[in-house]
Amino acid sequence: MSRRSKNPLWRFPGIAPGAAFFFAYLYLPIFVLIAFSFNENRQATIWTGFSLDWYGVVLRNDDILSAAGNSLIVATTATLIATSVALLAALAMARHRFRGEDGVNAVIAFPLIIPEIVTAVATLLFFVALGIQLGLTTVIIAHTVFCIPFAYLPIRARLQGLDPALPEAAADLYANEIQAFRRVTLPLLWPGILSGAMLSFIISLDTFTITYFVAGPGATTLPVYIFGMIRIGITPEVNAISALMLVVSIVFVTLSFLVGRLRR
Amino acid sequence: MAVPPTDSLSDSPSLSPLTALADLLRRSRRARLIALIGPALLIIGVFMLLPIGLMAYVSMLERGVNGGVQWGVHTVDAYVAFLFEENLLGDLAINPDYLQIFARSFILSSVTTLACLAIGFPAAFYMALQPAKYRNLLIFLVTIPFWTNLLVRNYAWILLLRSNGLVNESLMGLGLIDQPITLLYTNVAITLGLVYSFLPFMVLPIYASLEKLDLRLVEAAFDLGANKRRAFQRVIVPLALPGIAAGCILVFVPSLGAFITPELLGGSKSMMIGNLIQSQFGAARNWPLGAALAFALLSIVLLAMTLYLMRFRRPPGRG
Repeated sequence: MSRRSKNPLWRFPGIAPGAAFFFAYLYLPIFVLIAFSFNENRQATIWTGFSLDWYGVVLRNDDILSAAGNSLIVATTATLIATSVALLAALAMARHRFRGEDGVNAVIAFPLIIPEIVTAVATLLFFVALGIQLGLTTVIIAHTVFCIPFAYLPIRARLQGLDPALPEAAADLYANEIQAFRRVTLPLLWPGILSGAMLSFIISLDTFTITYFVAGPGATTLPVYIFGMIRIGITPEVNAISALMLVVSIVFVTLSFLVGRLRR
Repeated sequence: MAVPPTDSLSDSPSLSPLTALADLLRRSRRARLIALIGPALLIIGVFMLLPIGLMAYVSMLERGVNGGVQWGVHTVDAYVAFLFEENLLGDLAINPDYLQIFARSFILSSVTTLACLAIGFPAAFYMALQPAKYRNLLIFLVTIPFWTNLLVRNYAWILLLRSNGLVNESLMGLGLIDQPITLLYTNVAITLGLVYSFLPFMVLPIYASLEKLDLRLVEAAFDLGANKRRAFQRVIVPLALPGIAAGCILVFVPSLGAFITPELLGGSKSMMIGNLIQSQFGAARNWPLGAALAFALLSIVLLAMTLYLMRFRRPPGRG
């Protein structure tokens, strides 16, 4: 398809500079944040020299570590549940045509459409109305709900790319349904499952608004803790912890991208 | 939907409940569907759809004395309080405060959507014209910020916009201004942050529609004497329209409900709907009003989605 760019007719004035501006706008704030996290100065935005000290300060802060621990517990649990139920749903949806299919798809996509603040408020009211104590469990439940579509979509996409003849061939070779699934479908499906699980994990680690509403005392996650830090003031510690979060997300997304592209 | 024959059950009377269930799942398509799809639907239904229904109900309840609500006491007070206030004489007068916040949210979200379109379209078009091997890399670069923490990305803008931040320092270094200008805690800062937060939502759908564009149509336009500008206006933009519309919805809807961006980059005078809802659950302790505001936001969002689907989701084959 390289003829697209070689044909002089395809060079529209302003398109390339526009794209350059777009990518600069997208990445400049990220680079600035990471750069300032290595600043030795107590003043967060006045550059005086390179230092790793603030990372040390962050990694020795017990509150940050316990918030990070909470984030990991929530993200791991929510990912496991969301990916399991999403896998089951994707298997059913890919294999069967039935009445109400559009309805099921709509319900699964629902958490993506609703503004986060509405979900947050509704979930809070629900737990309070039922008299459920806010804590880590309520956060896990809330995260599981909106992780489901993120886990579902890559699994569904991978299933659609699978050749239905493969499990059929297994059946012809006298594999029963469970054997065909375990030995043929599942291995081919792994990249999709892994990719969906990683996206759920990232989304759970990042979600702030919903967590802010349904986290009880002692259930502070990392984004909620960072929000509190920003409220108090802009400090080098905030830069360092923010840069760490950015890097962790970028590494995970890159992994998920690479896994998702594994040979079909 | 075929109902499986049940006579075989009586052949094996010693079935334990578990094997009976396994047997049912093996033979009934419907039971298998329910078992597979059920858990996902149950979780979303119980913890998302039900809470939203509850929220709609709470918006029609009496406010509790010390926060919370009085269950079972029905009133439309919350909706009245949204639109009116009692003046000194005890009469109801239109209350501009909340309406103003809704209006500001609409204006900022609209400006954000237009700005995303202006910045995003050239980028999407550029990406669509690249050779295939670069295109995947560029898409990946667009999606990375989407997956990184929204809170952290908005925080980065504080570093850029504050009075001794990078933008002010650069402008002063260039001699363009003498002293720092106020950028942070303004509507401009909110718009910059919103555009930044939602740009990928604009670029990806437009890219998807441009990538599928049949080049021969544009070449035909050139052959028929159209210059680049006319080919762009008459062929490329109309064919990209579904992507543009999807992008606009995907930017406008989350902008309208934004909470983090106005909270971090806007001042107390630049509230948006999201902050107003939060304040009713926090400091103001008026849950019915908060629920009513959230329900109003949800209705607007669902209306926007419905209008989009009615206009752009044509039956397959009519493209």
